[in-house]
Amino acid sequence: MTTLDRVAKPKTKRSKRFLQSREPKLTENVKNAMIIKGGNTSETVTNALKDIEFFSKKSDCSLFLFGSHNKKRPNNFVFGRMFDYHVLDMIELGIEKFVSLKEIKVNASCPEGTKPLLVFAGDAFDTIGEYARLRSILIDFFRGPTVSAIRLAGLEHILHFTALDGKIYMRSYRVLLKKSGCRTPRIELEEMGPSFDFILRRTHLASDDLYKTAHKQPKALKPKNKKNVSHNVFGTKFGRLHMQKQNLDKLQTRKMKGLRKRGGDVMQGEDAVSPKKSRDE
Amino acid sequence: MAPSSSIEEVLAKAERDEAEKLQSIRVEKELELEFDVGNLLALDKNAPDLRDFRAQKKEDFLRSLARDNAQLLINEIWKVPTDRLDGVVVAKLPDPVTRLPREKPVPKPKPPTKWEEFAKLKGIQKRKKTNLVWDDVHKEWRRRWGYKRAKDDTKDWVIEVPETSDPNEDQFAKRIQAKKERVAKNELNRLRNIARAHKLQLPGAGLAPTGQPSRSELAKAEQVAKLSTASVGRFQERLPKEKAPKNTGKRRKFQPNIGDFSTEKQKQLDLLKIMDGKKPRLDVTKAVNKQMREEDMENASRQRKGAGKKGRKGHFTGKGKGKGAGAAAGGKNRKPRKGLGKR
Repeated sequence: MTTLDRVAKPKTKRSKRFLQSREPKLTENVKNAMIIKGGNTSETVTNALKDIEFFSKKSDCSLFLFGSHNKKRPNNFVFGRMFDYHVLDMIELGIEKFVSLKEIKVNASCPEGTKPLLVFAGDAFDTIGEYARLRSILIDFFRGPTVSAIRLAGLEHILHFTALDGKIYMRSYRVLLKKSGCRTPRIELEEMGPSFDFILRRTHLASDDLYKTAHKQPKALKPKNKKNVSHNVFGTKFGRLHMQKQNLDKLQTRKMKGLRKRGGDVMQGEDAVSPKKSRDE
Repeated sequence: MAPSSSIEEVLAKAERDEAEKLQSIRVEKELELEFDVGNLLALDKNAPDLRDFRAQKKEDFLRSLARDNAQLLINEIWKVPTDRLDGVVVAKLPDPVTRLPREKPVPKPKPPTKWEEFAKLKGIQKRKKTNLVWDDVHKEWRRRWGYKRAKDDTKDWVIEVPETSDPNEDQFAKRIQAKKERVAKNELNRLRNIARAHKLQLPGAGLAPTGQPSRSELAKAEQVAKLSTASVGRFQERLPKEKAPKNTGKRRKFQPNIGDFSTEKQKQLDLLKIMDGKKPRLDVTKAVNKQMREEDMENASRQRKGAGKKGRKGHFTGKGKGKGAGAAAGGKNRKPRKGLGKR
């Protein structure tokens, strides 16, 4: 939806700014998530998706987390994300075990809005397609805003996902930086909660085609490759120069007395000028 | 020798100390982890040991795994160049490497408007105008456009009536009307640009069709349509009851009023000669046609007499002869050559 597509023009500057903020951009906004609590009936579950798409357009949220519970699929989470206001992929996770923040008594939990460290462990996250996609969704959910710099002392929260034995263990720990004697600190972890034991249920993944379009990088953001510059294995930089042919006739060589222009030539030049002078007079 | 050995000892001790220190932050893994420091992200591709997992307490196993991975990630993050900002050590994170899907599609370039296309063709460039201009009336700098702008003609309380215009005309209303029309025109152009960008059919500014075309108008339109083919209607078939078009095709051609006098003079003289001459004029075409008809009739009468004897063969010869004669004489079926036609 570009500006041109809109036949009805925004009437005020404010609405224009608002619509512009919703337009596709080269570097995108941080993705927002909405978290929806489902009812018990299956009808709500089916209708929920429609609502999610509707609300995603209203509130400009491209991530959603839908929680529901029924007999067939008790304690159900649906993690999903949108592309262009349509569902790109969804993954259903069942909660097998849940320990909340309050249950784990820790004197200090980490402050809100800290950017967590994310660690995925297990070969499944690399080899199995659904798990790899789940990893991508979870990164999207939990990575927080992209920042250019981070305070090293502020790294105090870690989310650890382990794919093991057909289950996914999500644990969140508080990071304690201990002195190690060298610059890099030694890490100790303290369980903080919440922690989940998930089991993978149904999945609804985007087709490869759509997934590819969603990953398309704008041309403007791609780094321009520099012409005529190359690097070898050792990191040495090579450049190729293109030079025009040198004019050897005008090359300045060593000045010598014998090669100097003769005096007669100079005199002729003066003679040519003199009649003009006389005319002026 | 004693001092040198002591130096070696000191060095060895320092090395050992260093190794011990590193021991506390070193973690051994079968496969190296994949890091994306921009996202503070690590992927451990090693398969966790199931036997250990079942033997140990679950939580302890997970925590020790998490600790090792976290230590490796922290080691990686600490390698990033740091900076000191307001007394806080800040690590400059590189750009994230992990590709995640976009939220919305890549923005498309805006299609150029008609004016932009024209300006590009002519090489017209946008020139930036200053936002503020000097207002002579109020003696201050004011905005060029919008509210409280300089030289605001809507704020005039008196307008001079131009000499050429009607003295009773409302000049204020005229200005408002003109403004409204400009706005409407701009809006129309904007919509046309949208339509053009989407390749929609634009309502043309050509002749509008009349409400009730008359019979003659319809006939004319039909004729024009028939002729509007690549072969100028040559192979166009006629409808069963269609009449031939009237008053089409031939056009009278006149000699130029001023031109070659000698030919004109010759023509006039020839005409006078014919009118004045006693001798009957010979119309070659007419004469030839007459001759041919007579020959045909003669042949027909001869065939009727000898029909029983000769049969079909005789018919063929007779006809062939007639045709041959016709062709030699310029033919009945042929078009008259230029200048040979009836006058």
